[in-house]
Amino acid sequence: MPNKSFFWFFLPTGLAMILFIGLPIISTGVQSFYAQHDQILKEVKKCDPFGCKVSVQIDQEASSKIREEKPLGKFNGFGTYIDRNHLATDQLSNFWNESNSTGEFLTKVGNLPFYKALIFTFTYCIIVTPCVLLLGFVIALSLNSISRKIRGALIFGTILPMIVTPLVGSLVLFWMVDAEGIIGANLQILMNDPYLSVKSSKTLTWITIIIYGIWHHSPFAFVVFYAALQTVPQEPLEASIIDGASRFQRVKHIVLPHIYPVVTFVALISLMDNFRVFEPIIGFSAQGSAQSLSWLIYDNLVNEEVILFGSAAATSIMTIIGIAIILTPVLIRTWREFRTNR
Amino acid sequence: MKKILIALSFLVFGTYANADCNIKSGSINILANDFPALRTLVDTAKECKGSADFKVTHSAEHNKIAVPALTANPSEFSVRVAANSSIVPLMNSDLIRPMNDLVKKYGKGIQDSQLITIDGKVMAVAFMANTQHLYVRTDVLKANGIAIPKTYEEVVAASEKIRAAGKMKYPYAAAYKAGWNLAEEFVNMYIGHGGEFFEAGSAKPSINNAKGVATLNMLKKLADLSNPDYLTHDSEAIKVEWEAGNVAIMTLWASRSGTLLDDEGDAKITAATKLVAPATVGGGNIPAATLWWDGFTLAKNRPDADAEASFRAMAHAASSKEMVAKASDQAVWLVEGFVPGPKSVGVIEAVKMGAKPYPMLPQMGLMHGALGNEIVEFLQGNESAEQALKDVEAAYNTKAKEQGFL
Repeated sequence: MPNKSFFWFFLPTGLAMILFIGLPIISTGVQSFYAQHDQILKEVKKCDPFGCKVSVQIDQEASSKIREEKPLGKFNGFGTYIDRNHLATDQLSNFWNESNSTGEFLTKVGNLPFYKALIFTFTYCIIVTPCVLLLGFVIALSLNSISRKIRGALIFGTILPMIVTPLVGSLVLFWMVDAEGIIGANLQILMNDPYLSVKSSKTLTWITIIIYGIWHHSPFAFVVFYAALQTVPQEPLEASIIDGASRFQRVKHIVLPHIYPVVTFVALISLMDNFRVFEPIIGFSAQGSAQSLSWLIYDNLVNEEVILFGSAAATSIMTIIGIAIILTPVLIRTWREFRTNR
Repeated sequence: MKKILIALSFLVFGTYANADCNIKSGSINILANDFPALRTLVDTAKECKGSADFKVTHSAEHNKIAVPALTANPSEFSVRVAANSSIVPLMNSDLIRPMNDLVKKYGKGIQDSQLITIDGKVMAVAFMANTQHLYVRTDVLKANGIAIPKTYEEVVAASEKIRAAGKMKYPYAAAYKAGWNLAEEFVNMYIGHGGEFFEAGSAKPSINNAKGVATLNMLKKLADLSNPDYLTHDSEAIKVEWEAGNVAIMTLWASRSGTLLDDEGDAKITAATKLVAPATVGGGNIPAATLWWDGFTLAKNRPDADAEASFRAMAHAASSKEMVAKASDQAVWLVEGFVPGPKSVGVIEAVKMGAKPYPMLPQMGLMHGALGNEIVEFLQGNESAEQALKDVEAAYNTKAKEQGFL
């Protein structure tokens, strides 16, 4: 495609991307460097049906003047980024000096909200992504070799987890693992512990969310792999059968190399999706045991009665940076392949 | 003659009601939480809308919509039905208007005690009171020879006895869902211990002390007597547990009693359910509970005509003797003419015992948020009480600094 026609072809998409993705990210970035103005408090008499009391209140007249002059707030630089609820640089150095062993240091770091969320997010990503790739590939292979008569129905059944709304899907599992639910109650009997609760145990909650993640994301990998399998040329496969290659050898040496670019694509998308894990935490009411970066942003924006825009913006920017870092190896690899292909 | 008098009185009342509510212009749009009493109130307000435009949004997510919706100019809603805690963010951002003039002009039926005044300005008009108190199953208590508990120590002893008797695995329930609910339980228990959240006259936290530790230990004892999934249970979930007959003693909102005691569900459980006073704790004499009011506020970013129409409709409801007579078991109304029924016991006892209202402080929301997240690990047994309280203070300090309170 000549550059000029590409430009006109891309222009509408480009504009929309700048407008709806680029500008909001820039605005979020700017916001993350600001904090609220110092609150001007005054003591006033407050009366309600239960009596009167003198206590503090924000002085609106004085505050609104400052707010009009500088609507963005007080410039805070990287203050929000390095505070305790984010990178916690001061706390980290304190912990390092106080701790006697690396284990103790790591426990203390794991108690800080941002690192707690980061640990869960990484664990989720690292376990779910390969499992999704593997499971999706295995399902695609098996469905591809099944009789055409029942294939349609089976494909529909397989992509069902993706059709079910994430929140509903997680709620179904949530009720199953309830202490009175089918899985929860049976686990209690199996382990002979009437106080065993999947929802209150951190490890079990993590396992549940990870299993849910694999269940929900595998169909996506399956659909893409299944489509790719249809393009695998038959001649080399037949030739290899004549040469006496086993099924495993055929998959390893012919099918996989052929669909390799697609595998990279699915890995990329899954990684990005999994890094932003959010719905299952809400669906499982799991914020007590599992917190992700996206959940932290949500918490700052809605869970408090006071909205913490600066905190939320800082976490958002760090999430974007995090995704960029995870994707770098895959992107570099794609770029190299692209160059050699040319 | 008598007939004429009756007819005449109807006429007088009829015209009186009309004259009071003859709203000619403006538009009314209400944002409110979703429970039966509020629906009744809004329906009553609708009766007198006149020719004004009338819209209402009942949502359990009201807290999440309120600030953004009222910040817009003109704002989406003209009325926000708020409570002690949810009025604070509205005042912090200067989103609601004082209504002294409107009260003077149209607020005839409203009692002075209903007015929420800040520095002399009427910021809200309250219409109902609420608190969390104990619910007990009299049949289970009697079968085990237990008197109705008056303190949380007695609640623990009673629950242990019921569990030991083999009747119930998890005899106690309270809304301990991580987040807002759990923090609310901490607030109640801490106030019951006589604790203060902040150093006097400042926004510096002061919960890492002996009272804080005692509070956490009591919460843990109670949690151990609850369903092991307690960290995911909100008020609705424990209500279901109660109706299923799994629980003998429970701490729950007074406003939830209506649906708990209705005809649906097991009649035996309903008959044995008794509402009693909130419990005290740690030898204190004030209950480990906070008093709440629900009232209406008027959005600042709306034309005066809308504010006037909204106030008149809402004031009609907030002073309606008919409404409180009809819906006397839905809430503890603060409106004149309310006759307390058996469902009001909890709130009335709480007031008698000198319960404190939920602190209406600009920085309290941040403390509440920090509590809801940071004390979870203590309850799970992964952290000491001191460490949990230290974490709460640290999380609060960071947020308060960002918000300019420290």
